Amino acid sequence: MITRAFVTFAGLIAAWQVLVWATALPIYMLPGPVQTAAALVDRYDIILWHGAVTALEIVLGLVFGTIIGSGSALLLMRFRQARRWLLPMLLVSQAIPVFAIAPLLVLWLGYGLASKVAMATLIIFFPVAATFYDGLRRTHPGWLDLARTMQASPWATLRHIRLPAALPALASGLRVAAGVAPIGAVIGEWVGSSAGLGYLMLQANARLQTDLMFAALFVLALLGVALYFAVDFGLRRLLPWLPDTRHATDME
Amino acid sequence: MSAPFVLPASPHATPLAVQIRGARLAFGGVPLFSDLDFQLEAGRWTCLLGPSGIGKSTLLRLIAGLTPTGTGTISAGDGAGLEGRIAWMAQDDLLLPWLDVLGNVTLGARLRQGRAAPGLIELAHVLLRRVGLGHRANERPATLSGGERQRAALVRTLIEDRPIVLMDEPFSALDAITRWRLQAEAASLLRGRTVLLVTHDPREALRLGHRIFIMSGTPARLEAAPCPPGEPLRRPDDETFRRIEAALLGRLVAADSERQPGAGGP
Repeated sequence: MITRAFVTFAGLIAAWQVLVWATALPIYMLPGPVQTAAALVDRYDIILWHGAVTALEIVLGLVFGTIIGSGSALLLMRFRQARRWLLPMLLVSQAIPVFAIAPLLVLWLGYGLASKVAMATLIIFFPVAATFYDGLRRTHPGWLDLARTMQASPWATLRHIRLPAALPALASGLRVAAGVAPIGAVIGEWVGSSAGLGYLMLQANARLQTDLMFAALFVLALLGVALYFAVDFGLRRLLPWLPDTRHATDME
Repeated sequence: MSAPFVLPASPHATPLAVQIRGARLAFGGVPLFSDLDFQLEAGRWTCLLGPSGIGKSTLLRLIAGLTPTGTGTISAGDGAGLEGRIAWMAQDDLLLPWLDVLGNVTLGARLRQGRAAPGLIELAHVLLRRVGLGHRANERPATLSGGERQRAALVRTLIEDRPIVLMDEPFSALDAITRWRLQAEAASLLRGRTVLLVTHDPREALRLGHRIFIMSGTPARLEAAPCPPGEPLRRPDDETFRRIEAALLGRLVAADSERQPGAGGP
């Protein structure tokens, strides 16, 4: 696993270097791995600071998006009125691109953390709500019959049967959410901010400090991958009963 | 084999009979059965045989209150309804994969009260030991064999401690030896309760039933079938048992051909 990650990483760096040699572009158009690494080392203090801001935005967005998303799914499942009023709103909210409302959010919530967290929350909310709601609806009918013969109340059935049965679906939604979360934060930073990796990239770009921009991009990618693996690891620990049968159907 | 196990302090000192009157259920306008009258004798096993698709399971589900469209009067021997007085066991063990065996067998208490009382957990351990699952109490269902899973489902049914037990082909997915053993365990553990067992296996009905009915025709009707002499658990090795089994099989094949004219007779 570690070796494979290392080989993939080294391969990508090599391909990048080959591209730099082949195109012979000036450094402000396409910096190579060496220049980017140098920028990373030279400017590590500001990259670290802006990276921390972006990471905080993403994590807060993930937390709020998960809470609001799973809360909405539970409401949709439990109340018919919620389905009639909330479901259309949920769909409409996805019809409006986040890009389009990003300037509005900055206008309303300011240049600080709040507008970026709101953006990340908006992006994360939908995959979480949609997958969890799907999972809640697809409970094995036999389990529900069993609960009925045991005189379970609708709440008890939701709490003890539908909810745990839907956790694998919620886990899929969370993995998707972890993957798209950085998009929300970075869009917010582009539209208007005074900190974060998106802000740093915009500033570097304007000053033709393309090597710094690449360094920030590298850290952003690293952040995304780390977030995905952290979420994946956490979910595996939380759902140990879930069978993972992918090896059974592997084609060698 | 140890002595028959009796649940301590069962609230149903006197067994309950079940009356079904005018049961009717239709799928897409075609009645599966209508005006069906049927009785389960108190404290005895009633076995329901019939070709597949005839409506045996549906009738059982109607009694269990699991069919939203069925109609009919279903009452216990004391005149009251069946709400809260039945336990249901299906062919699928319906164990929840995220709970361990102990959590699964005490599911009813958790659904009703939010938790299982210490006394109930103790009883669960006793019953699990009784069916040979004492050492598996803290394992998840995925690690259990088919027979062990169905034994856990049997314990879950027992712990509900209801006077009426409805069993829908609970042993039909098991291998012959496991089925044979589980039939004996169920007969001993459910002694004194009113049991309705739906099955497609004539031998199972003859081994376990105090009374046997055959369901056939469209709309389906119920006919009593002869039972071998003696009390269940009967041994299948005497002459009468085998003669009745052969006759019963013939009637079932005939009922099936009547239902699907193209399928061919015996």
